[in-house]
Amino acid sequence: MMLNRRQFIRAGLAGSALLAFAGWLNAAGQRALNDAERDMLAAVVNALLDGALPGDSGQRRRLVALTVDGIAVEVAGFSLATQKEIGELFGLLVAAPGRWLLAGVGKAWREASVTDVSDFLQAWRTSRLDLLQGAYAALHDLTFGAWYARPETWEAIGYPGPPKGYF
Amino acid sequence: MQDPIKLGLAAGWKHFDASALARSQTIEADVVIVGSGAGGGVSADILSDAGLRVVLVEEGPLRSSTDFRMRESEAYPELYQESGARKTADKAINILQGRCVGGSTTVNWTSSFRTPPEVFAYWQRQFGLRQLSSEAMSSWFAVMEHKLSVRSWDTPPNPNNQLLLAGGEKLGVDVGLIKRNVKACWNLGYCGLGCPTNAKQSMLITTIPAALSRGAVLYSRLRAERLRFAGNQVAALDCQALQPDGIRPSGKRVQLRARHFIVAGGAIGSPALLMRSGVPDPYRRLGKRTFLHPVIISAALMPDRVDAYAGAPQSIYSDHFLHQAPIDGPLGFKLEAAPLHPVLFATTLQGYGQAHARLMREFTQASVALALLRDGFHPASVGGQVRLGANGLPVLDYPLGDVIWEAARRALLAMAEIQFAAGARWVTPVHESTPGYTSWAEARRGIAELPLKPFVCRVVSAHVMGGCAMADAPQRGVVDHRGRHFWLGNLSVHDGSVFPTSLGVNPQLSIYGLVARNASLLAAELSGRPVPAIP
Repeated sequence: MMLNRRQFIRAGLAGSALLAFAGWLNAAGQRALNDAERDMLAAVVNALLDGALPGDSGQRRRLVALTVDGIAVEVAGFSLATQKEIGELFGLLVAAPGRWLLAGVGKAWREASVTDVSDFLQAWRTSRLDLLQGAYAALHDLTFGAWYARPETWEAIGYPGPPKGYF
Repeated sequence: MQDPIKLGLAAGWKHFDASALARSQTIEADVVIVGSGAGGGVSADILSDAGLRVVLVEEGPLRSSTDFRMRESEAYPELYQESGARKTADKAINILQGRCVGGSTTVNWTSSFRTPPEVFAYWQRQFGLRQLSSEAMSSWFAVMEHKLSVRSWDTPPNPNNQLLLAGGEKLGVDVGLIKRNVKACWNLGYCGLGCPTNAKQSMLITTIPAALSRGAVLYSRLRAERLRFAGNQVAALDCQALQPDGIRPSGKRVQLRARHFIVAGGAIGSPALLMRSGVPDPYRRLGKRTFLHPVIISAALMPDRVDAYAGAPQSIYSDHFLHQAPIDGPLGFKLEAAPLHPVLFATTLQGYGQAHARLMREFTQASVALALLRDGFHPASVGGQVRLGANGLPVLDYPLGDVIWEAARRALLAMAEIQFAAGARWVTPVHESTPGYTSWAEARRGIAELPLKPFVCRVVSAHVMGGCAMADAPQRGVVDHRGRHFWLGNLSVHDGSVFPTSLGVNPQLSIYGLVARNASLLAAELSGRPVPAIP
């Protein structure tokens, strides 16, 4: 009974994510991650989690991709209005003019270094525009939320996880 | 470990997950209650006890102890508004609010305080609420304290709370012990993710089961959309069923007809429902004066392990800084501790990259203090405003003005001084440009100079109040002291939205006590039985 319910919840989340991957349904506001957005988020995650991610490049890429998957699940759990706003932010960042003018990143996201992306994040973090500060905060919270939700990240911070075996 | 909800459902409680409804339907009842949190739960219990047929409508899912696995990745999306990331319109304030059967009482940290006497006195003076006072409300609080096992917590505080006690005592800052609504609590520390042992006496395992056992009907995943009224009477409530994801409407609808309607959807949801319904509001009071107890945060690294994820989340408080000035003077603040879990801590903590990772590696030695600013009393602290955004969903504007930031600075100073007095080796305000400090002298100089403004200084909230304020006249409020709407005769508001200011204390017990009174008065009226003997 318990397992069934949990499987059901997981299936629901996976279903939402799948639906998301099916592509943007523009006017309806129901948005999902496309390849360009995944590239952009991978660059952001790679910079925000620098210091938490391993140096080994293959392993690092795999963990970045897992974190981007986690962000997709987080976004799918928001209200439609919030999903739409986040979709607008992502859309802005993946378009070359947005990336270049608003974020100040001249290279494609796939080619941007940790330093390039850190500079952009720091500029938004300290921006005088509420909109950019709020956007930085959203990227910050989505990334760290997706990362530290995974039990595999807990050992590095000394967190033993919730009590086990009592129930 | 038994799950009382699963047992009750097996025994035949009438719960309908609206996401599974095969067709739209119309239901009749005596009383329809929107929301199953502190206000809705107590109302359902008292009205069903008076023999009335009650229907409870909850937008969130029904989850219970066997679902509560103490994991943030499951609890936030399942049990909180916007997965725990609800925000003000400008995104500068993050709001923790429940969205499940039991509402915020399912996920709160169990801190229980009566409404302070000076708050009632202010309401009497400013809003003409002469019927409400500590004396008049005393028995109602006592009833609910008894029912929900609100008692002093005799287990020693965890190190995260002990620090507040030790630092306070060293500096001559008054501290006290927090009463908690728990029974046989295991002191695990995961209250915020749903209590896995059914120790927390939330609405989920107390009043709602009591009402369901008497035949009350509970709908989950059902969103209250609009009240239909004719003349001065509400005739029906139109609801949208949600899909199993809890986000998108399924297309099925439920219309609820009743003699009386109680709105208890919280201080964001309740005014929004009344706005969507177009209820009369000639003095434009609806959704105004929404208060948040804006919370300012100070993190400390201690020399030893704190393990702030373990043990009762809040057991020590200080009201010292609420009593430094008149209630309508510069904003006072209440100090409490915050439990830390990896996602909550990592998302709240400023910075990124190497600096963030370095702090996260000190997770087990981190301690966090909170200052809850008492908004709504100073003439310039008028709070926020709920309005309707896309799809009729509520949006909260809450401008952070000078009176807030002046208090925020005092709060950051007070918390840093206490943390250093308790032995902290490093203290940082949760703030984007502070370097953090290694001594009180350094912190005192640094915090005095810190730029304090939205986004740069993190502000959060877990207490949303106001927006359907009670008052003695419709010029000053939305409902009277009984929670009765000024214009629609069979409409009541029974939740934290009726408070005309914030409280200066965690709000659950204030809601329980006031709603116990108002639901009892309503039950007497609707059932034709005598008004309860409590004064």
